[in-house]
Amino acid sequence: MSQQLHGTQPDPAGRDVSAAAGWGGQKRPRVGFFTDTSVCIGCKACEVACKEWNAIPDDGYNLLGSSYDNTGGLGASSWRHVAFIEQSAFTEEPGTVSERGAAPSDFRWLMESDVCKHCTHAACLDVCPTGSLFRTEFGTVVVQDNICNGCGYCVPACPFGVIERRTGGKAVKNNGIAQKCTLCYDRLGAGMTPACAQTCPTESIQFGDIDELRQRAAARLAELHGAGTAEARLYGHDPSDGIGGAGAMFLLLDEPETYGLPPDPVVTTRDLPQMWRHAALAAASLAAGAAVSFLGRRR
Amino acid sequence: MVPDAEFTSYYGRPIVKPSPWREDIPAYLFLGGLAGGSALLGAGADVTGRPTLRRNSRLTALGAIGLSLAALVHDLGRPARFLNMLRVAKPTSPMSVGTWILTGFGPAVGVAAAAEFADRAPRPLRGTLRFAGRPAGLAAALLGPAVAAYTAVLISDTATPTWHEGHRELPFLFVGSAALASGGMGMLTVPVPQAGPARRLAVGGVLLELAAERRMESSLGIAAETLHDGTPGLLMRASKALAVAGLAGTVFAGRDRRAAVAAGAALLASSACTRFGIFYAGQHSARDPKYTVVPQRARRGVGR
Repeated sequence: MSQQLHGTQPDPAGRDVSAAAGWGGQKRPRVGFFTDTSVCIGCKACEVACKEWNAIPDDGYNLLGSSYDNTGGLGASSWRHVAFIEQSAFTEEPGTVSERGAAPSDFRWLMESDVCKHCTHAACLDVCPTGSLFRTEFGTVVVQDNICNGCGYCVPACPFGVIERRTGGKAVKNNGIAQKCTLCYDRLGAGMTPACAQTCPTESIQFGDIDELRQRAAARLAELHGAGTAEARLYGHDPSDGIGGAGAMFLLLDEPETYGLPPDPVVTTRDLPQMWRHAALAAASLAAGAAVSFLGRRR
Repeated sequence: MVPDAEFTSYYGRPIVKPSPWREDIPAYLFLGGLAGGSALLGAGADVTGRPTLRRNSRLTALGAIGLSLAALVHDLGRPARFLNMLRVAKPTSPMSVGTWILTGFGPAVGVAAAAEFADRAPRPLRGTLRFAGRPAGLAAALLGPAVAAYTAVLISDTATPTWHEGHRELPFLFVGSAALASGGMGMLTVPVPQAGPARRLAVGGVLLELAAERRMESSLGIAAETLHDGTPGLLMRASKALAVAGLAGTVFAGRDRRAAVAAGAALLASSACTRFGIFYAGQHSARDPKYTVVPQRARRGVGR
């Protein structure tokens, strides 16, 4: 089986993603999320539903001083994270607001429910040395809790900083192993919608087949641009990006880094063949150097 | 010097996560290099008839790889599951590749070291050990360079800015560091007449390491800052000073036993500083979103 480490997949709709992982005839249409942040109201119902359904332990009750966000970011025990950004005097294309007849405002909220991107080229999966992380028949990326030995390699490999090793002591479920969103693998198997999308009251989180979500995202973007929201942009929708397109894509209203997302994520394994070549050359240099060291005269 | 770049972040929080690895891992980077280089010295000494260098190098390799394995298991979130590493062999995972390299290297080093005590072994084992010493030592020497080099790929194959951006030079830096550490250990433990190869290996290692480090500085972009600032900066400066001191001691006084011991110790310390310096620099580059955002914006062509 040839494995493609980066770049556009032959079928951008993604059915080949699970096929390439060896699912053969059992493969299902690739599913994912489209999170439309323009209708997110920051209710955090997704965070709560995710915690409840997946029985995720608490990870502290801290006040972080970052608007209404006291979760902080995605991690071992936060598989959905709602970002809150308060912007005053944000830059908007001149005239766009007044065209709609609304008074120009110098303040806005940005809210975004972040989640694992379930990358087409998933670095966490590539680097996992035990085979614990695997590609499901739905094209998603999931940790097998009973296999992971907590080596922690996936943590720095993820270009989005999503996956994390759970800490908290022996009393905590899955302590010491890598944890992240499973896209509710158990619910998918039963034909159900993931908990976060099911509970989202504004349909900011939409669940569905990847190719359909991409169409919906493009249509929504066109709608917003038509309404004068020029700053709207899609993120993770492009199958030719550095991760081969995300299984969880977003509509954002500002630069990705404003939400804590990397502006141009690239799967680290894209460069792995080159790394191995350099390492082989370096190893050969060491062997040759050692051999030469013994050529000198005795004494 | 690169001017302070302006960038946006989410409350200054990291974008990529730093590795959850603790001091076990930089210690392993050091010990693995020492073991790989020592395996080469041991085999070379065996073939060229330098018994003290052979014995001490083999024992060093065994001790270093033993401590390495302990550190690697200790660093796991679930140490009891360390054998799960052997479930699969994945070329896309440098850690899996490394596991299999060590699985071959460890026993080879063990047999080669055990052969040093063949005379004191129980009678049925004696002949086997005497026979197996050389092939095992040569097998260890074949895998030694891989042990020393793959760890660079291990840390480069991440989204950690300093480690990833240094992926072209890190293997050379690491094998240089391995050569100077194992050469230094040879100078430290072996009398001057037999330590010639150790001295030459150390000198070559210092030169390669310094050259690779210099080259890496320029390809890192703004992440190079992480090699200069704070604790990593201190470690990298110490590493360089110790390497240069060790080099001078080796070249000008390597045939004086006391000078050789001092130079060897300096070289070992230098290698340890390098590994810890690179490790902490990477961790810092992951914690500061600047090193993720600024280069990514620049390559997207939207730099401010």
